[in-house]
Amino acid sequence: MTTDKEQYKVHQEPYYQQQKNEVALYEAAYRNRLPVMVKGPTGCGKSRFVEYMAWKLDKPLITVACNEDMTASDLVGRYLLEANGTRWLDGPLTTAARIGAICYLDEIVEARQDTTVVIHPLTDHRRTLPLDKKGELINAHADFQLVISYNPGYQTLMKDLKQSTKQRFTAFDFDYPDAALETQIVARETGMDAAVAAQLVKIGGVARGLKGHGLDEGISTRLLVYAATLIKDGVDPTDACRMALVRPITDDADIRDTLDHAIDAVFAA
Amino acid sequence: MTEASTEYQHPLMKAYWAQIDTRFPQVEAVFEDVMAEALAVLTRKGIDAYLEAARVIGKLGRGVEPMLAFLEEWPSAAKAVGESALPAVMALVQRMQKSPNGNAITPFLQTLAPVARRLHSQEQMQRYLDITLDFMERTTGSIHGHHTTFPSPGLPDFFDHAPNLLNQLTLAGLKKWVEYGIRNYRTHPERQKDYFSVQSADSRAVLQRERHGTLFMDIERKLDLYLRGLWDDADQLVPYSTAFDELRKPIPYYDKLGMRVPDVYDDFFPPSPASGGGAGGEGVFVSGLDRYRATLAHMVGHRRWSEAQIADNWSPFQRMAVEFFEDCRVETLLIREYPGLRRLFLALHPKPLENACDPETTSCLRHRMAMLSRALLDPDHGYVDVDLNDFVVRFHAVMQQGESSTREIAALALSYVAKTRRQSDQFAKVHFDDTVVDYRDDNRQLWKFIEAGDEEEAFDEERKIEPGEEIRGLPPRHYPEWDYNSQTYRPDWASVYESLHASGKPADIDRLLAKHSALAKRLKKMLDLLKPQDKVRIRYQEEGSELDLDVAIRSLIDFKGGATPDPRINMSHRTDGRDIAVMLLLDLSESLNEKAAGSEQTILELSQEAVSLLAWAIEKLGDPFAIAGFHSNTRHDVRYLHIKGYGEHFNDEVKARLAAMEAGWSTRMGAAMRHAAHYLGARSADKKLMLILTDGKPSDVDAHDERLLIEDARQAVKELDQDGIFTYCISLDPKADEYVGDIFGRQFTVIDHIARLPEKLPALFMALTK
Repeated sequence: MTTDKEQYKVHQEPYYQQQKNEVALYEAAYRNRLPVMVKGPTGCGKSRFVEYMAWKLDKPLITVACNEDMTASDLVGRYLLEANGTRWLDGPLTTAARIGAICYLDEIVEARQDTTVVIHPLTDHRRTLPLDKKGELINAHADFQLVISYNPGYQTLMKDLKQSTKQRFTAFDFDYPDAALETQIVARETGMDAAVAAQLVKIGGVARGLKGHGLDEGISTRLLVYAATLIKDGVDPTDACRMALVRPITDDADIRDTLDHAIDAVFAA
Repeated sequence: MTEASTEYQHPLMKAYWAQIDTRFPQVEAVFEDVMAEALAVLTRKGIDAYLEAARVIGKLGRGVEPMLAFLEEWPSAAKAVGESALPAVMALVQRMQKSPNGNAITPFLQTLAPVARRLHSQEQMQRYLDITLDFMERTTGSIHGHHTTFPSPGLPDFFDHAPNLLNQLTLAGLKKWVEYGIRNYRTHPERQKDYFSVQSADSRAVLQRERHGTLFMDIERKLDLYLRGLWDDADQLVPYSTAFDELRKPIPYYDKLGMRVPDVYDDFFPPSPASGGGAGGEGVFVSGLDRYRATLAHMVGHRRWSEAQIADNWSPFQRMAVEFFEDCRVETLLIREYPGLRRLFLALHPKPLENACDPETTSCLRHRMAMLSRALLDPDHGYVDVDLNDFVVRFHAVMQQGESSTREIAALALSYVAKTRRQSDQFAKVHFDDTVVDYRDDNRQLWKFIEAGDEEEAFDEERKIEPGEEIRGLPPRHYPEWDYNSQTYRPDWASVYESLHASGKPADIDRLLAKHSALAKRLKKMLDLLKPQDKVRIRYQEEGSELDLDVAIRSLIDFKGGATPDPRINMSHRTDGRDIAVMLLLDLSESLNEKAAGSEQTILELSQEAVSLLAWAIEKLGDPFAIAGFHSNTRHDVRYLHIKGYGEHFNDEVKARLAAMEAGWSTRMGAAMRHAAHYLGARSADKKLMLILTDGKPSDVDAHDERLLIEDARQAVKELDQDGIFTYCISLDPKADEYVGDIFGRQFTVIDHIARLPEKLPALFMALTK
């Protein structure tokens, strides 16, 4: 059974603005095939970073978005019934281990806990994946690497990684970039001029200050990019901000008022 | 009284004097002046009516005061509401004269003008008079029968405060405030006086509630979010009251305890001719919320960028100039941060007219500073003064460099003072118009003094705190009470004191339980049935702990038939517990001491047995469970007795408290329920149940209207329902049907046969929670 590696490759360079030295650190981790965990609030560039690294290392990238209903067999693979018997179908994790891809499990905490333990043998010195049902033990390809992401922000007590899982990874802690850098990112991503981008970033900062006071999460870089895109399209800046930055993140009237006021205070020059 | 000695020269004046027909020398002394004003304001017909009314008032036999008051007040009142309002005013005066309230005529007339200025229209004036009349009629007392013999105690005080009240309240608000006072203090003259002279606490509380404008308490959270979000500052916000300081209006400030802001800001409407200078020269409407924001932003600016300066060597004028410059510096920096603030600041900042102040006769320092301050913020200030423009340029040049500093800007301020000093700055007459920037704080943090003061004695010795009495028990908690007459809450009406119930012998309870051992056995069986069925089956699982045969066979059939089989053929289990928090509230009022019908025991003893059994049963079930008793002796003393808390087990301590249960006093149910709800509401259970065991209707010695506490309890049930608390009443009053449904809707049981309470109560509980 062969799988086309090429389809998983990232062919065009994704735009990624390095915040510190995370690119070099990741490269070091990859050289030694250490599993990597990226943490950080939503929309701060975790997935973009992984995509960028896959491109830079020129390795296939298999992304799995985890959810509550995901079972171990969704990762590993399962037997399918056919009219005259059954047929084994590899899951994404198995595929990645066979072809030597970077397997990126996005939002790993969403998956059920029994699911997350199947990655354990792949993440230590064994680098193997036992397929119980099939009776096969896969030795991971030399290029295989496991990356998981999770957002420590909205976890509850119920949703946290087990210590035994956490302690198998090296970790990057991502956060929203500082104002200057974020301005540059928004400007670069949308072609918006830097002055407006800086104003957007300023509003983003206001919302991030309210985190924990009625906001679960501040305005993400992703939303700032959305707002900039709308403005670029000719939408009035205050309307664009209300639509892209405020309305999505809150239903709380007081917070909405405060953010609306901030938008007016920033844009009414 | 002597014959009028002066002969008026002017024949017209002479005619007027004859018309007024009085011999009071005090009137004579001011007559010409008041007539001058009246002639300027009133029409010819109005003058006649005015003089006639004055004559009538003079003949009331109440001395010269009312007449003088009328003569002085009416012209300017007529200017505000129109002279045609006079008959209505006179009608009220006559009514007062005919009632025992003649002494209120003078205060009424004395405050007429300021009241009229607030009210603006005759229609409004009429409503004010109606309120007054209603007030008078309802509070004027009588002893026997129909004739009113006692004057209204609160009326004169009310008139004294009317202008101030109308400054803060709309007419509708005033009506509600008056209504509240009449309703609660009609029969209590002293309290009524306190209320209407705005002395008593609830008078102020109701006043506060009815005020117009943006109340701090309504928007506190928004302001917190504003500080945190926009300015990354999270200090305590402390409101101060603006309602009661007439002479010195407090100004916002901050210190180490927090940022002080007024408790209310009215929306800011630009004055109607928008061009005429003054505050709001921009003609922009500013909401109360935005005024708060401007105030906070300004204080944040000081906190960020200002540094305290040593004040001792500077004159007050110099300090004032430094304050103005520094205010402008921080505002410039604030605007740099959020450009939209400029619009807000300019809308609130006064725009003094350049030639409004005459330096020959008046001290213009404030005027100069306010103009400069305006010019520093407003690029289109349009002032032509050379020095002013020069300093505006220098200020901006300094600010161009960066943030500058308090010290640097103070130097600039001092040179401005030196450059523009005038002899007249020392004059006593100071030009104040349009020079107050009301969103700015009082700048107390800008100064430090090396010498504490000129006083000889040292006041900074540490004061010793007298070792007072140890506080016993918890401080009272105040709860509102619902007044169904007005459909409003009486704020902080009932004081609830919580304390631990006295203890007795726990063995007594054990004995009671032993007595009912047969019943306990039966209960035990029911309990076992009720015990949480921990395991719940979850079917249709692709992966589970067991094969679900039904589904598996169906899948196989599908498969054999060539259709796609459903792979979810397993099932698993989930544990599912009961999650109910229970609060049992016992009415411990006096009536419990009566013997139950058809039984040798008192209701109290039967309740004791029933509660013991119930507690035992719930303990067996394992639901979190609390017991408390209550009784009251007027609204000032509602006792809430803690018997069992959620954290305690049904152990000897709890049993001891149950054993000591005693009955006394009355039943103020609403307050007790609200207090109990405050504990129950804090539980995190899915379902919250409050059981109330009572033997009669809510009542108290200070509640004359028997519906009052019933309606309050009903309101409390509604409140609890909104908080997700299910209330259920177990009434032992055979006549309860008349009222208990009004309070609890359908959530009640009446137990007629009280002797069977011990077995009914636990059974009822189980039925409720099944």
